[in-house]
Amino acid sequence: MGTSLIVRAATRVLVGLLLVFSIYMLLRGHNEPGGGFIGGLIGATGFILYAIAHGCRAAREALRVEPQTIAMVGLGIALFAGLVPMMIGDALFEGMWLFLAADPADPNDKGIPLSNILVFDVGVYLVVLGSVLTLVLALEEEV
Amino acid sequence: MAAGSAKRRPLGGTPGIVSIALPAAAFAWFCLLIPQVANGPLFWSVEWVPSLGVEIGLWIDGLSLLFALLITGIGTLVALYSSAYLGGDDHYTRFVCYLLAFMVGMLGLVLSDNLLALFVFWEVTTISSYLLIGYKADDPASRRNALQALVVTGTGGLAFLAGIVLIGAAGGGFQISQLPDLSEHVLYPAILVLVLAGAFTKSAQVPFHFWLPNAMAAPTPVSAYLHSATMVKGGVYLMARLNPSLGNSEAWTIALCAFGGVTAVFASIMALKQTDIKQVLAWTTLMALGTLTLFIGAGTEAAIKGMVVFLLVHALYKAALFMVAGLIDHGTGTRDANVLSGLMKAMPITFIAAIVAGASMAGLPPLFGFLGKEYLYDAALEQDVLSRGGVLWVAGCAFAASALMVAAAGIVAWRPFVGPKAETPVKPHEGPWGMWIGPLILAALGVAFGVIPSLSTIVLEPAATAVMGAPVPVELKLWAGVTPALILSLITFATGFLLYWKHRAIRRGLGRLRDRADPAWDGIMDGVAGGSKWLAKTVQAGSLRTYIFITFLTLAAVLLTTIWRTGALPSAPPLDDLRLKHWSILIFITAGAAVAAVTNSRMTAIAALGTVGVGVALVFIIFGAPDVAITQLLIEVLQVVLVAVAMLKLPHMKPDVVSRIRGWDLILALSIGAMTTVVMLMVMTTPLDLRITQFFEATSAPIAHGRNIVNVILVDFRALDTFGEIAVVAIAALGAYALLRGTRRNT
Amino acid sequence: METLLALMVGALIAAAVYLMLARNVLRFLFGLILISNAANLVIFGSGGLTPEAPPLIAYGASAPPGGVANALPQALVLTAIVIGFGLFAFALVLVYRGYQNLGTLDSEEMRIAEPRE
Repeated sequence: MGTSLIVRAATRVLVGLLLVFSIYMLLRGHNEPGGGFIGGLIGATGFILYAIAHGCRAAREALRVEPQTIAMVGLGIALFAGLVPMMIGDALFEGMWLFLAADPADPNDKGIPLSNILVFDVGVYLVVLGSVLTLVLALEEEV
Repeated sequence: MAAGSAKRRPLGGTPGIVSIALPAAAFAWFCLLIPQVANGPLFWSVEWVPSLGVEIGLWIDGLSLLFALLITGIGTLVALYSSAYLGGDDHYTRFVCYLLAFMVGMLGLVLSDNLLALFVFWEVTTISSYLLIGYKADDPASRRNALQALVVTGTGGLAFLAGIVLIGAAGGGFQISQLPDLSEHVLYPAILVLVLAGAFTKSAQVPFHFWLPNAMAAPTPVSAYLHSATMVKGGVYLMARLNPSLGNSEAWTIALCAFGGVTAVFASIMALKQTDIKQVLAWTTLMALGTLTLFIGAGTEAAIKGMVVFLLVHALYKAALFMVAGLIDHGTGTRDANVLSGLMKAMPITFIAAIVAGASMAGLPPLFGFLGKEYLYDAALEQDVLSRGGVLWVAGCAFAASALMVAAAGIVAWRPFVGPKAETPVKPHEGPWGMWIGPLILAALGVAFGVIPSLSTIVLEPAATAVMGAPVPVELKLWAGVTPALILSLITFATGFLLYWKHRAIRRGLGRLRDRADPAWDGIMDGVAGGSKWLAKTVQAGSLRTYIFITFLTLAAVLLTTIWRTGALPSAPPLDDLRLKHWSILIFITAGAAVAAVTNSRMTAIAALGTVGVGVALVFIIFGAPDVAITQLLIEVLQVVLVAVAMLKLPHMKPDVVSRIRGWDLILALSIGAMTTVVMLMVMTTPLDLRITQFFEATSAPIAHGRNIVNVILVDFRALDTFGEIAVVAIAALGAYALLRGTRRNT
Repeated sequence: METLLALMVGALIAAAVYLMLARNVLRFLFGLILISNAANLVIFGSGGLTPEAPPLIAYGASAPPGGVANALPQALVLTAIVIGFGLFAFALVLVYRGYQNLGTLDSEEMRIAEPRE
């Protein structure tokens, strides 16, 4: 590998930061700019950086799961999030919310909001992450 | 064939037993319905495609029930016969599937009350009969003939569909039981032509008859089923079914009488010419179909009565005789009437079945066939719808066909069994019981219905009533005294016996008579193939550039039309309040695009594309779209990575020669660009309808609990869309992955 | 700014069409990138241009302040960008694989499916 030591050392830190940042973007997406698409792209960028510095094999090992599996699992999660409301008689992809530890007196206090919408966004995140990595890693290994 | 195969199992094993038990059970059920239907039609329905008004409505009246009994009854016997005939064949299970699919299609066809549902089942029978006729798929002739049947009946089916749509428009609905009399409607001529095109192709009327004799390439049980009792009667059923709503016009009468009469006479002459007994039967089937059409067209009460009786008569004896032909083929190894002789001793049971069924076909008393012919003659001699010439036409056609039929019956059912024993490829022997039980039962029914006619009237009377649209009493008598019909019958027998006696001489005399329809079909198909080839070569030049050029030329034409139809060019909004950043974005993007378009260096192109991408992202940023801008920038990065990786293995671009062609490309490109600008200005100076956006803005926080409206739209309001989109992304990635990994380079 | 945006779109489309008409499929790919950028700008611009007011709702508020940017085209464009990338990546892989198997990037020379007669 012809990559310089500095790059390799720096990517280790950078990749971790990018992944944390991608999750942050995913989770805040409902209220601030961000969301599953952006989070997934940032996460993918992190792994691609890692692949450039340490090689595709190392990136795959770091991923642990095949990227196309990640994409398919994400698609399944997104579909599941959409189907759940149907099971209780709502429309497909209808939002369902649970506000943990929210103060009922304060309408702005939503506590820890949990929802199938978040699950869906996680699915989007995984699909984008998995798809982009599938493409890039396969092409890089080919060359 | 299959006989004597090592894999032989009783009744063809599980598939055989299923194929026998299902129609048998259905037959029993329909038998139980007979008394109810005699009192009036039964009806029940389930919604299928409510938005199109398609429901699966079952409507069982006399006509449906008669057909249903034939389909399931003869179906049971044919399934039994097949289990002995094909039971050891490698593809027997496949055969059973086709046969059952066909049976379901046929039952649906005769039981549907909705024309659209009827059409679907109509096509099911077309397709499954294609599979059945082409069962011996390794034989090119078999494939060709199956395709021919499919194309002819399928084309007719399309015409029929168009006719159905028109009926729906004219009659205000697709329910057959509710159809009004349409013969005065302005669409009637078109409906008539289209529906008859469907019926005539399906029921093989001249000049669409040629597929039926060719369809004898099918295994014999298939012929016995499809080409005697069921599929070809589909067209007859349709005409009979629509007779109340379409039949009250002179055009209907003339069309049906003309086509039916010509078919009946032409086919029975052709039948005499054949030496293959299965071909004789095929042509006599055409004769029967012609006769049925003729009498539906004549349309009087007596004619309909005769038609219904003859329908049952023909189904019984023709199915029996097809099975006999199969038995002879199986027992001797040939079906050539010139070779076969003296089989009576070797195949006694077959002989009994053949002689009884043949006598019914010839219309000899006291068999059911005699009754059938008598009532046809009754109708032909008394009917008063037409002028005198018309009476002679119907009676003449019926007489000629019946006389020829006597001779044909002799050739098939008498000739092979009498005379000296002949040398045949296989030593003549009787077939297994599964094969002879069917023809024997059918022949016995022919006797029973003939001797005790009241057995059949309980089914036939409601059937005739249904076709007529008014009550028709059917009382059958074996001996009705000396009537004109009886006298005509006697003349028929005399003529028929004479024809049979001289049939070899007649056959030689007919030697020069050729059926030109089949070669004509080949000509048409060659023409279609040649035309398609020419068209494909002309339109699909194989040049991607040309295709894209045509596509963009069309786009240019559409844009030009849009601008032209709108009239005035938009007035450009004022350019004030523009700051440096706006102008710089314009320069970024236009310069980037221009450089990317003309450069010959890949790296320069990638850099220029990057500039464009960043410029676009800047547009998103300054106009309040942070999410989009972030996405755009990230995608830009990934795009560069991908392109850079791919470039390592791709060659440099050759300089783009500025030829005359590229000059045209440039003109087209610039004009599309200019027109897009104009249209874009038009769009942006039109007032916006913001209702959807306002809805999202008002409900995003209170109901969807999200403060980033863009994200709420993506994952909540339009989540189903987003799901589709991420699925597309995943599929694109998988597709690319498969391209890279699945297809190793083959050089 | 509307006029400038329309000019940009026109320039992008013109360059994209010119590139897509080239025989070299790499140029076609570059045209594809440009035309999807142009399409995104068209959708974005059709929803109206509202400077510097993202469609975000302040904490505690139930609706955004008046005059924020139109959120709907933004959502459409966002997914369109990602899908456009998927399309581009697939096309790139196709070109790449095509070059390996056929040894050319000239679309007139790729004649496996429709051979010259």
